[in-house]
Amino acid sequence: MSGAVLEVHGLVTSFPSEGGRSPVVDEVSVEVHAGEVLALVGESGCGKSMTAFSILRLVPKPGRIDAGSVRVAGRDVLALPVAEMRSLRGSDAAMIFQEPMTSLNPVHTVGAQVVEAIRLHEKVSSDAARARTVDLFDQVRIPDPAARFNAYPHELSGGLKQRVMIAMALSLRPKLLIADEPTTALDVTIQAQILELLRELQRDTGTAILLITHDLGVVNELADRISVMYAGRIVEEGTRHQVLGSARHPYTQGLLRSIPSLARRGEPLEEIAGVVPPPSEWPAGCRFATRCPAVLERCAAELPPEVRLAEGQLARCHVVAREQAAG
Amino acid sequence: MLRVEGLRTWFPIRAGLLQRPKGWLRAVDGIDLEIPRGQTLALVGESGCGKSTVARSLLRLVEPREGSAHFEGVDLLALPKSELRPYRRKLQIVFQDPMASLDPRMRIRDVIAEGMNAFDIGANAAERTERVAAMMRRVQLDPDQMGRYPHEFSGGQRQRICIARALAVEPELVICDEATSALDVSIQAQILNLLRELQAELGLTYLFITHDLGVVRYLADRVAVMYLGRIVEEGGTERLFESPQHPYTQGLLAAVPSVDPARRQVTARVMGDVPSPADPPPGCHFHTRCPEVFDRCRREAPVLYPLEDGGTRCFLEEVRSGASADGAE
Repeated sequence: MSGAVLEVHGLVTSFPSEGGRSPVVDEVSVEVHAGEVLALVGESGCGKSMTAFSILRLVPKPGRIDAGSVRVAGRDVLALPVAEMRSLRGSDAAMIFQEPMTSLNPVHTVGAQVVEAIRLHEKVSSDAARARTVDLFDQVRIPDPAARFNAYPHELSGGLKQRVMIAMALSLRPKLLIADEPTTALDVTIQAQILELLRELQRDTGTAILLITHDLGVVNELADRISVMYAGRIVEEGTRHQVLGSARHPYTQGLLRSIPSLARRGEPLEEIAGVVPPPSEWPAGCRFATRCPAVLERCAAELPPEVRLAEGQLARCHVVAREQAAG
Repeated sequence: MLRVEGLRTWFPIRAGLLQRPKGWLRAVDGIDLEIPRGQTLALVGESGCGKSTVARSLLRLVEPREGSAHFEGVDLLALPKSELRPYRRKLQIVFQDPMASLDPRMRIRDVIAEGMNAFDIGANAAERTERVAAMMRRVQLDPDQMGRYPHEFSGGQRQRICIARALAVEPELVICDEATSALDVSIQAQILNLLRELQAELGLTYLFITHDLGVVRYLADRVAVMYLGRIVEEGGTERLFESPQHPYTQGLLAAVPSVDPARRQVTARVMGDVPSPADPPPGCHFHTRCPEVFDRCRREAPVLYPLEDGGTRCFLEEVRSGASADGAE
């Protein structure tokens, strides 16, 4: 489909495990268009962060991308020579992470780091880069931006550091921004500020955003579309309204029911029994079979089919397939 | 069951070659709390508000400088350390990071039995082992695994082990300090259900320290909101959520995202960053970020004005009710 800033098809990234390699990203496909926010949602270990790293070819060894295609702004990322990949990172596609402290160099001022990022990709004078940085700091609502240019990371609060990261990420006007748990480490009142900022920046710049998070509340605030991951696979996808309002996959349903704010006091929260199985215990079929309240006989042995529901909602599930056939 | 009055815990800020104290970090600066037996009080706040220091102060893991904590008629803070021992059994704590709370070289059986050994619970080793098994079953762990080590369990299971350890000594009050914050939401649901069931079954009283307002609304009977060392609002859970009086509470609630697709509701009403607890703003500590600040707030610190249910530390309440300063301080 034209206009997709990010197109990922059948991505497989594996790591060594007992008896070979395990696909921690297993046939993942996503598409994000300009001006859109797609959230990749799941709990720890589901493979969502590794999907993001794979898109930018930042998979740490001994992991490796085994299959699939990734196109960013029309360019085939997996085929790019290393130098071009470096140029793509930062200019076409930028990433912000959960812990800004570990992403910022503690011995340089934050301003200098943004200037460096700009000058790595564009031929501009240091004065021009500095002016642009101060302007960016202002856009991300850092108070006293000119003064803050000279601050060191440790002198800034978590919220301010994250704003610096966002400024750095947006400095080259990327077409795609990947945000990996951008507010998880922040207090809720600071998170609210950053969410408002991201929404506003996204409206103003039209950047496509791939949002990686476990927090369904953050997803509701930012995302247009949602893909839910479990044990390396996408189990459900759709619009925000579809996935949060009428989820069909038992895992998504279970996740939503576990959220305390939706529950009534005095009544037990619905649980998803058990824990995510490690790769060595993955069933041949559906990986959620070991915990699914609606599990059928075939689930553990047969790969669940892709069931297309109304208007772009999709679930990979035998139970949903059966409901679809009966309905 | 527990009544805390005027709790202050300050840490010295040291500087210079001789590390002389040059000021004080007022982590907890005048806290009053009351938890009726069998109920859950949530102590809520963001980073740096002092809530974890309250927990540590009650357990005397740090020494408060002022205040009292009456537990069954005895002031825990006034007891000499040598007399604290029986109370260490009655007040237990579960922390946020189960891996940091568990000795990696101890088998689970020994972890859970450690307290029992210390307080001579159980007539002999066989009976203690049976109690360990019973504790594990109660927290939905398989007793056959009691010979394993912490690293062999998942995060949620390790937290269950920590809960089992706390309960093994038959406490009356359990402090949960961000006990579910590091867990995935589906695991958190399991642990919250467990905590609720155990409270009903054993008549436990909880002090639940957290920043997660969704959990608070679900679990707590009463809530106390902290900001920079002080309680700024407290009251029954429903009242506080339906009708928050303090601008910080209002800002906190407005900042929490909903998962209801019909409601995109987050508004950032509280601007700026939390000031350093080592150098809090004069007057009302919250005034630098308050959307409703007026002049008096910058000069004077408000007392806790009583509400019909609870209290709020804000001059707006004085204006609203026409009351004069009458609250506890």
